[in-house]
Amino acid sequence: MIKVKNLKKHFGDLEVLRGIDEHISQGEVVVVIGPSGSGKSTFLRCLNLLETVTEGEVYVDDECINDPKVDVNKIRQKMGMVFQQFNLFPHLTIMENITLAPVLLKKMTKEEAVKRGQELLARVNLAEKADAYPAQLSGGQKQRVAIARALAMDPEIMLFDEPTSALDPEMVGEVLDVMKDLARAGMTMVIVTHEMGFAREVATRVLFMDQGVVMESGTPEDIFGNPQNERTRDFLSKVL
Amino acid sequence: MAELSAWAADFANTFYKCFIKEDRYKLLLSGIGVTIRVSLIAVALGILIGLLVALCNLSNKKLLKAIGGIYTDVIRGTPSVTQLMIIYFVIFATVNIPKWIIAGIAFGINSGAYVSEIIRAGILSVDKGQTEAGRSLGLNGYQTMIHIVIPQAVKNIFPALCNEFIVLIKETAIVGYVGLMDIQKAGDFIKSATFVAFMPLIGTAVIYYVLIKLLTLVFKKIEERLRKSEIR
Repeated sequence: MIKVKNLKKHFGDLEVLRGIDEHISQGEVVVVIGPSGSGKSTFLRCLNLLETVTEGEVYVDDECINDPKVDVNKIRQKMGMVFQQFNLFPHLTIMENITLAPVLLKKMTKEEAVKRGQELLARVNLAEKADAYPAQLSGGQKQRVAIARALAMDPEIMLFDEPTSALDPEMVGEVLDVMKDLARAGMTMVIVTHEMGFAREVATRVLFMDQGVVMESGTPEDIFGNPQNERTRDFLSKVL
Repeated sequence: MAELSAWAADFANTFYKCFIKEDRYKLLLSGIGVTIRVSLIAVALGILIGLLVALCNLSNKKLLKAIGGIYTDVIRGTPSVTQLMIIYFVIFATVNIPKWIIAGIAFGINSGAYVSEIIRAGILSVDKGQTEAGRSLGLNGYQTMIHIVIPQAVKNIFPALCNEFIVLIKETAIVGYVGLMDIQKAGDFIKSATFVAFMPLIGTAVIYYVLIKLLTLVFKKIEERLRKSEIR
């Protein structure tokens, strides 16, 4: 579903990604862990080209998306993204946040989008907030709306960039619960997170990144129970 | 007491001479009309040019950036009286359209340079995450700008824009240079005709003040509306 070949990303002289080869199949829940500055977020953002790729290729459904001829907007419609800072549109109501893209991109009529929006809000337990504005919501609620907004485009893949890092501790659970539901429903997900318990519980595969490369990859049992790489062991000993 | 009533009588007399006699108030009224018409064209054109130039300046195409940069640079670097006179006596010298429209265009071109900087700053003030969220949903750059960034920028831009328009309206007081009878010129005309300076000039000031006060009240109302989504 997603294939990454020798992905490199430089910011000026700084090499953030130094050659990543990875294959993510349909239905996988891939959790990316690693110290800050290891390139995890940059890796995720390269997958939907929020960052331009310096070198290498990213394939989505066998299409090389960093080919200049490809319509990036079409590709992005297949990939939902959830941000650390939620990035809800503050000038729109919750329902408008959710319906904006599907209606604008002619995926649905206004009525269909609103109906779908109500279903999605019910799914994230926020049905009663449809007419509220983002400023009236708590962090956890905002993030659940952000997930609903991404789902409204019926993406094949969901990307999560540290979705709980900006939340108060008591709100982390409600967001992770929504993500667990998604994982159980078979959504293909790539998640950058520091929530190790969550990674252990939902991941089908864990990637440990450090210094711009994937140091180790394996099932949660392997990575958390029996890490092979020195750096992985060192990192886990500090965070667990 | 006698002194006071003598002063009042004198005041009334001068007032009559300056504003009532020979229907001089009509000069001021038509002057208000001229000022308002020139300002309306200038504001509309200023917003249009300002937005286009702001987008040029923010674009990553070198040519557009250069055009926007030169425009802003030249307009900000020369006096508006000079610009007005060049546009009136040089560019539109042989064109037969009403003076007030030409003046409106001149002020619009002038204001556009300042408006473009205000809009540019406003657009940059919107968090980058908003653009990323829009793009990640599959919207193109244009859709993201129109539906997500600009509506939010408007809120940040609005107070500065109001300020610019207030400055602009007062700036139109120089249209006398191209022979238009606006409020300022009407006041000046009355001064020359009556040999009284105090009354017509204070009258002129009061008219400008009231116009701008009214406008400020309208701006306030609009701003309250714009802040609606921030209410908790």
